[in-house]
Amino acid sequence: MSGVASAPSAPSARNPWLTATAWRRLFRDRPILPLLALLALLVALSELVRPGIVNPNWAGFILRTAVPLAILAGCQTLTMLTGGIDLSVGAVASGSGFLVATLVGDQGLAVAILAAVVVASLAGLLTGIGVGVFRVHPLIMTLGMGLVVFGLANWWQLVMVQTGGGTPDELRWIGSGSFMGIVPHSLLVFVPLALVILVGLRRTGYGRLLYAIGDNPVAARLSGARAWQVIVLLYVISAVMAAIAGFLVSGLTNVASVTLADSYVLPSVAAAVIGGTSIMGGRGGYGGTIVGALILTVIISLLSSLGYPEAVRQVLFGAIIVTVAAAYTRITAES
Amino acid sequence: MSAAAAAVDDARARPADAAMAFVRRNGWTLGLLAFLAVLLVYTRAIQPTYGVTGIQGLAISVLPLALASVGQAIVVISGGIDLSIGSMMALTSVVAASQMKGQGEEFGVGIVIAVLALGLLLGAINGSLVVLTRVPDIVVTLAMSFVWAGCALLVLKTPGGGAAVWLKELVKGSLVNEWVPKAAIALVIIVAVIWLPVQRSRLGLSLYAIGSNQLAAFRSGVSVGRTKLASYMLTGLFAALAGLSLTANTGIGTPVPGPYTLTSVAAVVLGGVSLAGGRGGVAGPIVAVVILQLLRSDMTFLNVNTNLATVANGVILIGVVMFGSLIQMRRARA
Amino acid sequence: MTVTGTDLLLEATGVSKTYGAVVALKSASLAVRPGEVHALMGANGAGKSTLVKILTGAVHPDTGTIAVRGRERVVHSPAEARRGGLVSVYQEPALIPDLDIRSNLRLTETPIEPFRHWLRELGLVDLDLSSMARRVPLASLRIIDLARALAIEPDVLMLDEMTAALPANLTEKVLEVVGRLRGGDRSVIFISHRLIEIAAVCDRATVLREGETVGVVDVTEGSEERIVELMLGQAVEALSAQPEGAAGRQIPAGATPRLTVRGLSHGTKLHDASFELYPGEVLGVVALEGQGQDELFNILAGSERPSEGELLVDGSPVSFRHPADAIRAGLVYVAADRAEALLMQRSVRENIALPFTTRIRSWGPIDLSGERKRVDTAIATLQIDTRARGEVRRLSGGNQQKVTIARWVAGGVRTMLCFDPTRGIDIRTKSQIYVLLRDLAASGAAVLLYTSELKEVQLACDRAIVIFGGRVVAEIAVEDADEPALLRAAYNLRSDARMPEHLAAEAVAEADAAAEAAAEADR
Repeated sequence: MSGVASAPSAPSARNPWLTATAWRRLFRDRPILPLLALLALLVALSELVRPGIVNPNWAGFILRTAVPLAILAGCQTLTMLTGGIDLSVGAVASGSGFLVATLVGDQGLAVAILAAVVVASLAGLLTGIGVGVFRVHPLIMTLGMGLVVFGLANWWQLVMVQTGGGTPDELRWIGSGSFMGIVPHSLLVFVPLALVILVGLRRTGYGRLLYAIGDNPVAARLSGARAWQVIVLLYVISAVMAAIAGFLVSGLTNVASVTLADSYVLPSVAAAVIGGTSIMGGRGGYGGTIVGALILTVIISLLSSLGYPEAVRQVLFGAIIVTVAAAYTRITAES
Repeated sequence: MSAAAAAVDDARARPADAAMAFVRRNGWTLGLLAFLAVLLVYTRAIQPTYGVTGIQGLAISVLPLALASVGQAIVVISGGIDLSIGSMMALTSVVAASQMKGQGEEFGVGIVIAVLALGLLLGAINGSLVVLTRVPDIVVTLAMSFVWAGCALLVLKTPGGGAAVWLKELVKGSLVNEWVPKAAIALVIIVAVIWLPVQRSRLGLSLYAIGSNQLAAFRSGVSVGRTKLASYMLTGLFAALAGLSLTANTGIGTPVPGPYTLTSVAAVVLGGVSLAGGRGGVAGPIVAVVILQLLRSDMTFLNVNTNLATVANGVILIGVVMFGSLIQMRRARA
Repeated sequence: MTVTGTDLLLEATGVSKTYGAVVALKSASLAVRPGEVHALMGANGAGKSTLVKILTGAVHPDTGTIAVRGRERVVHSPAEARRGGLVSVYQEPALIPDLDIRSNLRLTETPIEPFRHWLRELGLVDLDLSSMARRVPLASLRIIDLARALAIEPDVLMLDEMTAALPANLTEKVLEVVGRLRGGDRSVIFISHRLIEIAAVCDRATVLREGETVGVVDVTEGSEERIVELMLGQAVEALSAQPEGAAGRQIPAGATPRLTVRGLSHGTKLHDASFELYPGEVLGVVALEGQGQDELFNILAGSERPSEGELLVDGSPVSFRHPADAIRAGLVYVAADRAEALLMQRSVRENIALPFTTRIRSWGPIDLSGERKRVDTAIATLQIDTRARGEVRRLSGGNQQKVTIARWVAGGVRTMLCFDPTRGIDIRTKSQIYVLLRDLAASGAAVLLYTSELKEVQLACDRAIVIFGGRVVAEIAVEDADEPALLRAAYNLRSDARMPEHLAAEAVAEADAAAEAAAEADR
């Protein structure tokens, strides 16, 4: 859009303009600050419309709900950094949760989880090979892989219909339990995972390459990067993260079904977008995504506490994504 | 192909050359058609009873997705993507169904026109947001898919409403010959009346231009914003037509979006439209939709588990796209 | 002679434009008389492109007025500018790749007959209007773009670096046609980095520096000095200063070449090219456009594979399947197109450090302090202005090009392949880059340098090879590598022959035919 872009014209007064520039620069270089401000605003709003709602229990609830979303949004963040997207996370997460529930009875938890992770990695490997080696558009590849995984999970459901167990207690403990009813157990999984991603993106060669490939694949190639290696590993990582999220969701809802996490797919993209990761690649980070997931969760809770019907929630949800993304584009755009 | 006409009207070109050029430019679509023919023969072989009813059922079940795919193709050709098509279909369908219920037949005509206008409006909103906010299409339309689905739920909480009899009759049965289903005629007429004139106009060139190379289009004097807006409005219009065809098929409106959005993207890709924009047409996606539907019904007939049919759909989608990119890579290397 | 406002065809006054904190134009003015070819000059970042974009409606100025034939106009879009008689042709042709030529003409509402006329004038006959733009060779597309602009008879035609990437023969044609427009009632604004072209066709030149119009010069003999002076804002230094110990290094007998190229062929573009590159030298490569130099560099950089021939590095054969293989063998590549080489949204530091992390074994944690040391050294060596180090896209073109070189300098260079590294950058940066290449050679590196600016061969190289029709046709010692000699060699004429008009024309036709045939066969 470079040629089409028209900069907002500078007002003649000097000072306000300078301030605006300073703000823009702040938002551009430290995008997480305005996001945190927005989060705080939403929390304050929740308290305002439902006095007393903001308490430790509420915070625990929000965190518990936000964790799986934040992990799935992590899949989107990582893939979006390379200019991709992963629409198969819903099917992979559901399938993994479901597989554990069906296997845990006969095989025990460890084997069940291992099996689910292996299956998820296989799906990720295939996706990665499709995107990285055969250069299939990530949208199409993950869409197709989602269909494949979903179909296979359904088929598995028919095969296993007699042995179908429930969500194992351990997953329930980690997915929906909390210390003193406040600090969710799922943070035990999430905090280390988030740290690895945050540090990995900034301080490892692999993290740098994700940005490089998303920013300019030709330049990355000319500098000696073999993109397919990066991409294949990326989609395996994404699938494993989706599987972990699937375990947590099945523990959180105490349900194991093949459509369990489907409703998370679009919100996970939304959380990454709100968090400032560009779907065009090369820009963004996981910190913003985590805040984005929290923002979405608070919004949903706020709307349901106000008793809005699902319809209104969806409309507002969509409107907020557009608004935040637009504000974001405005602020970071090089005019 | 945008410029298929140009090859034909070149005075110097001999007919054979023109034919060759036509084949070269529409190779993918012709290949799909050939595959469809083989598939029909195969269908007939495994189900000797497959005949008039089968074709009519096929045409009716294909119509909504075919219209959605045409809409998706237009926006993809101009370099965008619309992930809100399914939701727009749901919204237009429930608006039509809820308003038509218990009303007279003539009133239905007004409703249909109003719903088409609504489609244009929804598309215009999508398009203006894309143009004005400069947020990537995929994000805007993803977000708007929530909005339109929410609106659909506001109109009708549960499936319901009704449809004018003439609307239902429009897609049911056949015309002239029992082998020519009305639904297919409707599809051809809609495409011929709406898309073909657009494609041949300067707007059509502009749509291909902004999808092919936006900067060059801008420098050639194309108004990028306005053209993009037009592409989304056309997509909205086709989504409304698809929504109306849903109502016509079922006689009611369903507020929950069907799987049309992602399937339409898949059909567009299978139909030879480049996701990068600028290349392809609407015929390919329509044929692709028919093929997908026929495959599904064949598998049902063969008693293949429907879940495995889903797997097959995914595999076909991935396989065809991989095949296409392999060919491209080969060509690039040669 | 007095010039009043109404005599002017185009007058822009007090034009300014800021992008955020960056001032692109401070107060630019431009006055173009009818019938003149007017040069718009300035170093990189002086604001030429912004001014052209404003005149064609692609960018809206913050302040300033634009008047055409004395009437003030506000142009909002290229479409509007086009209707108002302002048309621009850029280095990148504005043709839609997925439409055929006829549809492209329809898109811009260009009448076909005048278009054909100008096409013939520009020497492009036998163009099939129903061929897809994507399938037409790039050089022809540029000519088509120009013919399309001429066909609608614009009041003011702007040529923005249009000749920068044209082969010499086509450039001549373009200059000839532009020259013929002089004296009519229309005019041309001509932007080029090549002073020779300016001297050949322009009547006057407006010079921009740092977003301001600093002077208007009548182009006469010797006015180049004055223009360059105005552009630089100080006395001319730059290119005339040849670095110490530059030219004419003797290659010791019996030395092992760093790089040996033997019988290299690729498709129809490169045939049996052979040469040696020794440590400690800068070897110039000279060629008209499309003679196989692109393929040669792509093969050496590991981006493409040769169909025949062999490569030896330090005497042992190598074969590259990926740029990573070439890099491992010590061959690093600097591209002309910075958009091809840089991560525009990332920092200077990440761009320079990019090659450090590409191999799987370096995917782990980064040694940040070690990296900082290497990056800072490279930044210092190249004197990169890092005020906008957060995002490379905010650097000037010259600084961006330095970053692409710094990336390799930071890792220690053994063999550097530079493909027209100074294309479209200002004189000062150019000379800095040449000094750097000399320094690299002095410290034992081998440098292969393709340049489209012939007179720079003598400034930077120890010797030069000439490629014509995919073959190495001549090797020229630096003392003899003056512009006329190189040009004759590039046209594959014997060095003792003068270049009479008809011979030159033949050579041009031959080169054209070869290039076209090659382009055809490629598909």
